[in-house]
Amino acid sequence: MKKLIYIVAAFLGLGWNAQAQTPKGSVLIKNATVLTVTQGNQENTDVLVQDGIIKQIGKNLSAPSGVTTIDASGKYLMPGIIDAHSHVALDVVNEASSPITAEVRMKDVVNPFEVGIYRALAGGVTISHAMHGSANVVGGQNATLKHRWGAKDPADIIMQDAPRTIKFALGENPTRVHGRGNGIQPRTRMGVEAVLRNGFNEAIQYKKAWDTYTSAKSQKGNTTPPPAYSERLQTLADILDGKIIIHCHSYRADEIYMLINVARDFGIKKLVFQHTNEGFKVAPEIAEYTMGASVFADWWAYKFEVYYSTAFNAAILHRNGAITSINSDSAELIRHLYHEAAKTQRYGGLTDDEALAMITINPAKQLGIDDKVGSIEVGKQADLVIFEEHPLSSYAVPQMTFVDGVKYFDIQEDKDDQRQLVAATEMVEPIFLRADEEAHRCMQDVDAYFEAFQGAFLEEHHH
Amino acid sequence: MNHILKTIYTLLLALMPLVVLAQIDGDFVKPRSGKFLLQNATVVTITKGTLTNTSVLVENGKITQVGANLSAGDAEVIDCTGMFVYPGMIDSGTRLGMVEVSSVPETVDYAEIGNVTPNMQALTTINPNAEAIGVTRVSGVTTVLAVPTGGLFPGTAALINLNGYTPDQMYGGFKAVVMNFPSSGRRGRFDRRSDEDIKKEAEKSMKEADEIWNNAKNYLELKNSGATLHYYPEMEHLSKVLAKELPLLVQVNAASDIQNAIQWVKDKDIRVIFSGVAEGWRVAEDLAKSGIPVITGPVQDLPTRQSDRYDAAYANAGKMAKAGVKVALRTDEEENVRNLPFHAAFAAAYGLGKEEAWKAVTINPAEIMGIADHYGSVEVGKRANLIVATGDPFETRTQIMHVFIDGYRIPLSNRHIRLYQEFLERSPGLKAN
Repeated sequence: MKKLIYIVAAFLGLGWNAQAQTPKGSVLIKNATVLTVTQGNQENTDVLVQDGIIKQIGKNLSAPSGVTTIDASGKYLMPGIIDAHSHVALDVVNEASSPITAEVRMKDVVNPFEVGIYRALAGGVTISHAMHGSANVVGGQNATLKHRWGAKDPADIIMQDAPRTIKFALGENPTRVHGRGNGIQPRTRMGVEAVLRNGFNEAIQYKKAWDTYTSAKSQKGNTTPPPAYSERLQTLADILDGKIIIHCHSYRADEIYMLINVARDFGIKKLVFQHTNEGFKVAPEIAEYTMGASVFADWWAYKFEVYYSTAFNAAILHRNGAITSINSDSAELIRHLYHEAAKTQRYGGLTDDEALAMITINPAKQLGIDDKVGSIEVGKQADLVIFEEHPLSSYAVPQMTFVDGVKYFDIQEDKDDQRQLVAATEMVEPIFLRADEEAHRCMQDVDAYFEAFQGAFLEEHHH
Repeated sequence: MNHILKTIYTLLLALMPLVVLAQIDGDFVKPRSGKFLLQNATVVTITKGTLTNTSVLVENGKITQVGANLSAGDAEVIDCTGMFVYPGMIDSGTRLGMVEVSSVPETVDYAEIGNVTPNMQALTTINPNAEAIGVTRVSGVTTVLAVPTGGLFPGTAALINLNGYTPDQMYGGFKAVVMNFPSSGRRGRFDRRSDEDIKKEAEKSMKEADEIWNNAKNYLELKNSGATLHYYPEMEHLSKVLAKELPLLVQVNAASDIQNAIQWVKDKDIRVIFSGVAEGWRVAEDLAKSGIPVITGPVQDLPTRQSDRYDAAYANAGKMAKAGVKVALRTDEEENVRNLPFHAAFAAAYGLGKEEAWKAVTINPAEIMGIADHYGSVEVGKRANLIVATGDPFETRTQIMHVFIDGYRIPLSNRHIRLYQEFLERSPGLKAN
């Protein structure tokens, strides 16, 4: 039926814009405790969604004809959870061939068939930031995904109206891959800074060359040949022009402080730190100059640069005024980000709204999509989750998840096996006994680049 | 009214950091023993119901009285009005204390070289001052099983309490020889062996296990006959399993492996515990019939197969328990053993139920390990492993207010908390440019 509406809508020409291909749903969710995140909680409240947009929030709303009603009495409704750091639905993660690979794009390797998308939906996650890995100082450009499970075209799960973002990485990972692995800069955190400054200076020269050419071109009889085009330098130039948000893998306070200084020197303002385990040490600086930090709730000690961590990191960052989100970086953890956010109550005593903001409106801000998603407000895209028990309770169980008003997860109705694609060669289904490793992919695809560190050591817990 | 309550609740939450601070800034920096009266609490005994307005007296490391209106005498009184007393939680499978930083090989001491090394002692390598121990125990996890990893028989696991300055002071009275049952599953994404190779290797490994077992049998027979034996520590340790001095802790996960393992131990007259058992739900009936107790987890884990329902790992413990399997939980963690209560909560929410989930981290592991006389519930005569909390310790918003291990009152501090104290309001703050 939904499909029919969609087809009819498409024929009626309801929007010939870029998103016309992706389904938009209409639904009335009744009698829920609505956790708007930005505008408080509303008990026994209805939310009306039409064509993928939240149209009304109030009491005793009635469904327009043809719109399904869902009774959510005794249940909680919250905005779709947003994961600002994920590698779910990516076929490859690292282009570890150079300390700077700004030219590569994760949207070229998006795999809409990965069952991890459904599993994230089953944890209430509607948007994930599918990131390049952390092998390079400047990694590839990330893709912001909307979890439209069942889509077959990768383009249909990419949030087309999200701004561009790019992955940076500091510290152990790039110095291990390039310095220790390949014997080139950077081997140290000094080298990381140099790679960044050299890269941006080159981009400035590149921009100048093109500016010179462009102005010369308009002169009559000009025969100046154009400079060589470089996607890599053009991307760095776009960062300098404020067209791309940097999301930087970082752990230690010194390297975080370094990047803030580099950003200041080059006039870069759109900067978010990822992981940021020692962010708490430079929380005032992060708060003053950046778009904040996206952190783990409690991960630490899996490598040396996270040894001096604290689970109170998110609370300290938040209380110092930094925009703070909790992310997963894991196909496992992405399924219970509501629980990860709740840990800010044990470690720092944040309020319900503060904790929920860390997985909704705050990551939305860091991805530049807070005008569209991240809270339950009229006019926003209808990405919603219904929970049994309050989402910050350890006993919470997501019941239904909607993206653009379309239900993609229903605990009561969904079949167990959600695979959409089974390889013909797969005679016996593989069993992954240390699924843990399956979950952590920040350093995936790096082993091919150097032999010296090959093996489990490389892929185990090197976020 | 509701609104007022909510405001009060919000205020309380806002004050929570201060409460924590008050805790940590308290009058002691190291664990200390003594006579303590936990006064007027709701006591969740696990084995004898939940008792309101009840006090617990701790003396000489033990629980000596549980009841209403206990007189304090010379005991230090800890007012627990409005708070809850639970037994300390037991994590039945960890590498806590055996590693400091997992990516730094110099600090990783849980995996020795060799395929048959049952004589490798977890207890030897426990670092009583590992940073993660202090981080763990303030969560209410007071006791963990430290399990070595590696080859077919990688070593001997040991139960430790998370207080003490030597491994012997920490020892909780249970050891088991670990066996990694030959596996037909993949070890992870990087495991790119063909199905055929995996099968062959598992078969080869099974054969090897049989041979080793026979050797151990022979060793024991010779030993019992009074023969003079060469120093053979591997066989010496394995034969302890055959002599029923130690149980065999069989790490097994895939459904077919579990069935094979049940068969393998069937005609061996030994004590057996299964651990891991990720696909236990697939063969829950077989497990129940075997009567073998199961330590399972992590609960917060991905399903083992792409085709599995998303909550397979969450629901595993509940399904096994429902079939009649005795279930204890483990995190299989090192630095984040503190999340055991949350793993238990997920198991509870996805079918195990709260009461069974509590048993799975207290009395069940105690019974499985044969230490229920000393641990696993709040009962007179048991060791005083106790936690006092503002509510249900499985809930993240709950604060753990006091921890006692073997009667020692544990300071609620660790590096995570000290960093919080130092950096919440850093001074100097933002330096003016």
